[in-house]
Amino acid sequence: MRRFWKGSALALLSATTLFAHAASAQTLTIGLAEDPDQLDPDRARSYVGRIVFTGMCDKLVDLDDKLNIVPQLATEWSWNDDQTVLTMTLRDGVTFHDGTPFNAEAVKYNIERSLNLPGSNRRNEISAVDHVEVVDGHTVKLHLKQPFAPLLAALSDRAGMMISPKAAEEEGENFSRNPVCSGPFKFVDRVAQDKITLEKYAGYWNKDAIHLDRVIYRPIPDATVRLANLQSGQLDIIDRAATSDLKQIRDDSSLKLESAVSLGYSGITINTDHGPRADNPLGSDPRVREAFELSIDRNIINQVAYDGEFTPDNQPISTQSPFHAHSLKSPVRDVERAKALLKEAGVDRVSIDLMATNSPEVMRVAQIIQSMAGQAGFDVKVTATEFATMLDSYDRGDFQAGLLNWSGRADPDGNLYAFLTCDGTLNDGEYCNAKLDEQLNKARRTNDTAARHEAYEAAERILLTDRPIIYLYHPNWFWGLSKRVEGFKPYPDGMIRLTNVSLGS
Amino acid sequence: MFAFIFRRVLIAVPTLLLISLMVFSLQLLLPGDPALALAGEERDPAVIEAIREQYHLNDPMIVQYGHWLAGVFTGDWGISLRNQMAVTDLLLSKLPVTLELAILAMLVALAIGVTAGLVSAVKKGTRWDFGANVIALSGISIPNFWLGIMLILLVSVRWGLLPASGYTSPLESVSRNLEMMVMPALVLGTAIAAIMMRHTRSAMIQAMQADYVRTARAKGLSERVVILKHAFRNALVPVVTMGTLQFGELLSGAVLTEQVFTIPGFGKLIVDAVFNRDYAVVQGVVLFTGTVFIVMNFIADLLYFLLNPRLRT
Amino acid sequence: MSATTQPMVQPPVAAPAMAAIERPGARVWRRFRHHPSALLGGTLVLAFVIVALGSPWLAPFDPAANDWMAIRQAPSAAHWLGTDDVGRDVLSRLLYGARASLYAGVLSVVIAFIIGVPFGLLAGYYGGLVDATISRVIEALLACPFLILAIAFSAFLGPSLTNAMIAIGIAASPMFARLTRGQVMAVKTEDYIEGARAVGASDLRIISRYILPNVFTPLLVQATLTIATAIIAEASLSFLGLGQQPPAPSWGSMLDTAKNFITQAPWMAVSPGVAIFIVVFGFNILGDGLRDALDPRET
Repeated sequence: MRRFWKGSALALLSATTLFAHAASAQTLTIGLAEDPDQLDPDRARSYVGRIVFTGMCDKLVDLDDKLNIVPQLATEWSWNDDQTVLTMTLRDGVTFHDGTPFNAEAVKYNIERSLNLPGSNRRNEISAVDHVEVVDGHTVKLHLKQPFAPLLAALSDRAGMMISPKAAEEEGENFSRNPVCSGPFKFVDRVAQDKITLEKYAGYWNKDAIHLDRVIYRPIPDATVRLANLQSGQLDIIDRAATSDLKQIRDDSSLKLESAVSLGYSGITINTDHGPRADNPLGSDPRVREAFELSIDRNIINQVAYDGEFTPDNQPISTQSPFHAHSLKSPVRDVERAKALLKEAGVDRVSIDLMATNSPEVMRVAQIIQSMAGQAGFDVKVTATEFATMLDSYDRGDFQAGLLNWSGRADPDGNLYAFLTCDGTLNDGEYCNAKLDEQLNKARRTNDTAARHEAYEAAERILLTDRPIIYLYHPNWFWGLSKRVEGFKPYPDGMIRLTNVSLGS
Repeated sequence: MFAFIFRRVLIAVPTLLLISLMVFSLQLLLPGDPALALAGEERDPAVIEAIREQYHLNDPMIVQYGHWLAGVFTGDWGISLRNQMAVTDLLLSKLPVTLELAILAMLVALAIGVTAGLVSAVKKGTRWDFGANVIALSGISIPNFWLGIMLILLVSVRWGLLPASGYTSPLESVSRNLEMMVMPALVLGTAIAAIMMRHTRSAMIQAMQADYVRTARAKGLSERVVILKHAFRNALVPVVTMGTLQFGELLSGAVLTEQVFTIPGFGKLIVDAVFNRDYAVVQGVVLFTGTVFIVMNFIADLLYFLLNPRLRT
Repeated sequence: MSATTQPMVQPPVAAPAMAAIERPGARVWRRFRHHPSALLGGTLVLAFVIVALGSPWLAPFDPAANDWMAIRQAPSAAHWLGTDDVGRDVLSRLLYGARASLYAGVLSVVIAFIIGVPFGLLAGYYGGLVDATISRVIEALLACPFLILAIAFSAFLGPSLTNAMIAIGIAASPMFARLTRGQVMAVKTEDYIEGARAVGASDLRIISRYILPNVFTPLLVQATLTIATAIIAEASLSFLGLGQQPPAPSWGSMLDTAKNFITQAPWMAVSPGVAIFIVVFGFNILGDGLRDALDPRET
């Protein structure tokens, strides 16, 4: 009996190690940090879902790694003089995965779906669009209610993803179970929390640049486990490697590391005017907020919580963006000055309830802030909350200050407008300053880069004085790759673009 | 016999209804709005309202319950708010995974538990018995998830013998599938092994004091034959019963093991659903596992009844 | 409960009941003392309680004080068990974490006891419709797997140590109810109960005077074993982020953090797990020993 068990255990072990590396050469397996939500570009809500869409759904325009807008399904575009009409020329010979041709009618259908579908998460992004005019088979005009500069950036993301009108009509609510787009890979199947499988679309317009036969996305929430699977060869690329694991990736001769500063940010949102909980020194006195900022050393947060791998900054606009204001520098930590400011504000010690999600990573940041601010006279109480409950608290104004991350958008408008304008949909602290609204609206109304740059810099100067959100850092994206993966290029938006990616031996 | 079955089924109905009501009413306690949790980082108010409409979240609780219950009977267990998949499909897609894990874990448990139970009963009162007991108690006392982490640390990270975690369907690759299931099955199996060991031990001790064993011994049969052929066969009845019950538990009890090894089974399904406020899924999993548990209970009773000659007459 | 009032007064009819626990008491203690594993369990549990209560004096560092010059340091003379991801002393957190475990283990069992026992008494004593109703609820609760039930409750109540305890307590209560019910039904038909009823004792009096003391010992064993389950459950919930909230230490949440640094700082993961193991082992072995010592069948 004992011999039998021993024998079979050995047989099992040797059999399994033998077959461990016999994966198909043309299948790329990507480890994602989360399981995406529904696979309908108009209804989707998660960052991670965008990574899967990138393999499956082409967009009207795309971003390059310098955040310039480049052609994808639209080959050319132009604005009229008062910037209210965007004329786009569409690529020839493009078909959706179900064979339906891609043309101006399809664009009209898609834009209208984004605007009108109940539960569309894209409406806000392109609400400036009044109507779509089909000029001819391959020309389309987007008529705007007023000039709206961030439109092209929105069309480089989910709002610009084209789905097959035929499939959308036939499937209705169930479209997300079997999405049909026009990208390099078509949807095969999905096992929730396990994998999403895509396979090469033979009719893809740019098929010569596609070298993979299959792509499998596997959600593995634990970063360490993702890395272990990369090392053992089960995964070829991992999304969002943990900063504490980077040394291991760098030291491993069979792996390589790619990275990019993200478009997102992490900051402390302060409740300045949302209900009774705003009624405290931090919420009502900008000097107290300044003192709070001065008590924090962004570099220490970065060093301790993220092994010095993130990008400390005091602005909402990524350092990668052409709109980043390089003249605005983060203040140096100054505990004495912070104490003086508190005295000036007429308070001795200030207690702050800091809300944060209960993940170990975020908790680390919260605890570092807690002890740094403590030295300057702030009694920070960290309240750990589950994500869903936290959103609820923000919505109801049931918070004093909270650590909040934003995954970031290509256009600065996506990092600012909804969070800080008086009527902004994500303005949890209900901060309101007409001068800021004016600058942010100005930046929306012109396509002139220099003018927009100026407006955003003016807006940021207001923010750095009022401090409704104290920005701390931009996360960096880190991808761990097997050495076999060739042609991978990191992008600040964090997407994994599969064009030109191949697997060597 | 039929009266017995009929009575059991009759009792199961109100129990299941109670489970469903209980599970449903949990929603009332929950902080956080599912529509808001779903709306993601954008939180567009129009979207939130649309979600509420679509999933009847604005209706009174009792209407929602009626809706859901009616669906349960017609095979429509609702739709996952998060990924738009039908709850029944989700359950069915997870069932083979959890089932496989449960079966493998049960094999581990039987191999270790029954052997250890047998040894400690035969050598009752000796060091062997004491040792087996300590091992069994250790099995119950080790937190599953920690054992899992330690195994990953040693076997995968240090020695690089087995993949750290994940899941491959046996349809894709049987060897890869087994390779990934070894550690989780071991982790889950050890906990159950301890329980199986104790039941085997006490059943064996009882059996060895029974008359027929004495008779067999008196007939001069070798101790080995007495133990294995006569005592063990009879001791199997409670062991099988217990095994059936434990199997029911295994189907749902692998929550943390699945979490540690990222195995997409019921455990992971419900944990993620709880965090995403995906009510329909939480309700589906609890109702399903509850039903399985009741069915397993029933089977255990039936087996006990059928295997026990004294009860059958 | 009224059972605790005047426990030593012995009315004539109570004699059999009291005798049933009084005389074996000494025997139980004798058997317990000579039961090696029970003694070991008792010692481990006692040590655990002392550590938990004495952690402020035993811990070399403040368990919440972070030191960003010393993050993720391996065990050394200064930090015997190393430091964690924000430079806190693992040993100190481990000692303080014992409090969360003790607190969760004991209080959730108290909650389970308070909810479960009265229902079990009612069901077992009155039988009929009361029993049928309560039994269905017990069965329904028992049909839902313990941990899933605890996860659901604590998620619905919101993550905190107190809520985790309540959740575990509620999830464990049907076990107590079922055990009590079974015991009551077994005891109910004894002669001395019949006798008490014959002399016109009220239900309340019969339950509190005669039944409860007789079902108390198996409940004590169950409670000891449930503390072990509850400690693991608390660690599990904290591991999932549903229990003790940071920065307060708990063994489960320490493991939750540690799993992210398993290659860089394995010491963070080892000690909390060993601690859980030792304590749970202690309670289990103590419960076993108690059961053996209290069980009149085995000699």
